Amino acid sequence: MWEEVRIVEDILKIGDRELTSRLFLGTGKFSSNKLIPEVVKASGVQVVTVALRRMDTAFEEENIAAYVPGDCILMPNTSGARNAKEAIRIARLARAAGCGNWVKIEVITDNRYLLPDNHETIKATEMLAAEGFVVLPYMSPDLMVAKKLVEVGAAAVMPLGSPIGSNRGLRTRELVRILVEEIPLPIIVDAGLGRPSEAAEAMEMGVAAVLVNTAIATANDPVAMARAFSMAVKAGRMAYLSGPGEIVDYARASSPLTGFLRE
Amino acid sequence: MFCSGRDTLRIIVNGKEDFAEDGTTIADLIAVKGFNPKTIIIEYNYELVLSESWNGILLKEDDRLEILRFVGGG
Repeated sequence: MWEEVRIVEDILKIGDRELTSRLFLGTGKFSSNKLIPEVVKASGVQVVTVALRRMDTAFEEENIAAYVPGDCILMPNTSGARNAKEAIRIARLARAAGCGNWVKIEVITDNRYLLPDNHETIKATEMLAAEGFVVLPYMSPDLMVAKKLVEVGAAAVMPLGSPIGSNRGLRTRELVRILVEEIPLPIIVDAGLGRPSEAAEAMEMGVAAVLVNTAIATANDPVAMARAFSMAVKAGRMAYLSGPGEIVDYARASSPLTGFLRE
Repeated sequence: MFCSGRDTLRIIVNGKEDFAEDGTTIADLIAVKGFNPKTIIIEYNYELVLSESWNGILLKEDDRLEILRFVGGG
């Protein structure tokens, strides 16, 4: 009961939307799209990402949007974009096609680590924010870049935890911590989180939300894993709000140091 | 260019050269390719065209079309 009350009161505001779930879901790599409604239900996610791609044969009929419950915010990403211009084109197309005005900017030219091009990301963010999009840029954690993103109108900043799909966890911890401290926008760790404990670790630091795809989609049981991530995100958030105790170098006795039963 | 009563138009679909008969609309092209109109998005000469207008747009030489859809992505 206490838990539910606290979590419900703890709203994450992005653009003009108020979210109660701090887990965002990516929809790539699921063995079947039919799992997606179950995963959404099990985890309570409210923001779901999708991608836009060319259709080359009539066999690829399925439209992913049909599997996303209607009350979720559909956030198209601009994956495939190699520069700001291409990202802007994808964002405009997705919005015109009825996707709403949220967009995750993803500009990548590095095919080995899929690290984002921060410079082009800033340019795309500026243009799309001016056009009324709610822009969530995926970025390499860097304080100056994050400040620039704030300046040009981003709605949140999404630093990577480790390379996309790597499940390597929060390797950028120290840089993300600086963003949490210095940036007046929600910081959302996007990419690389592989285990619920890593999501909890990010949330304990004061990150506003996490975006998870591969770790859920490629688990043996994606529905259960989605639930586990959801619980970890809530636990981490509650720990952050509770104000964790101080970390010290030496032992400090938990039991009183007086009144010992001694000869 | 070969002639068989109607002219053949050279168009670009999803970045590749393609051909359509003169008089073909966007809706016709989609039907010929066997795509489900409910699941696709069409960009025609760099502008999104909604499905209501697909019947009324006649393809022209050198038109560029992108036939797109939403897929799973992170």
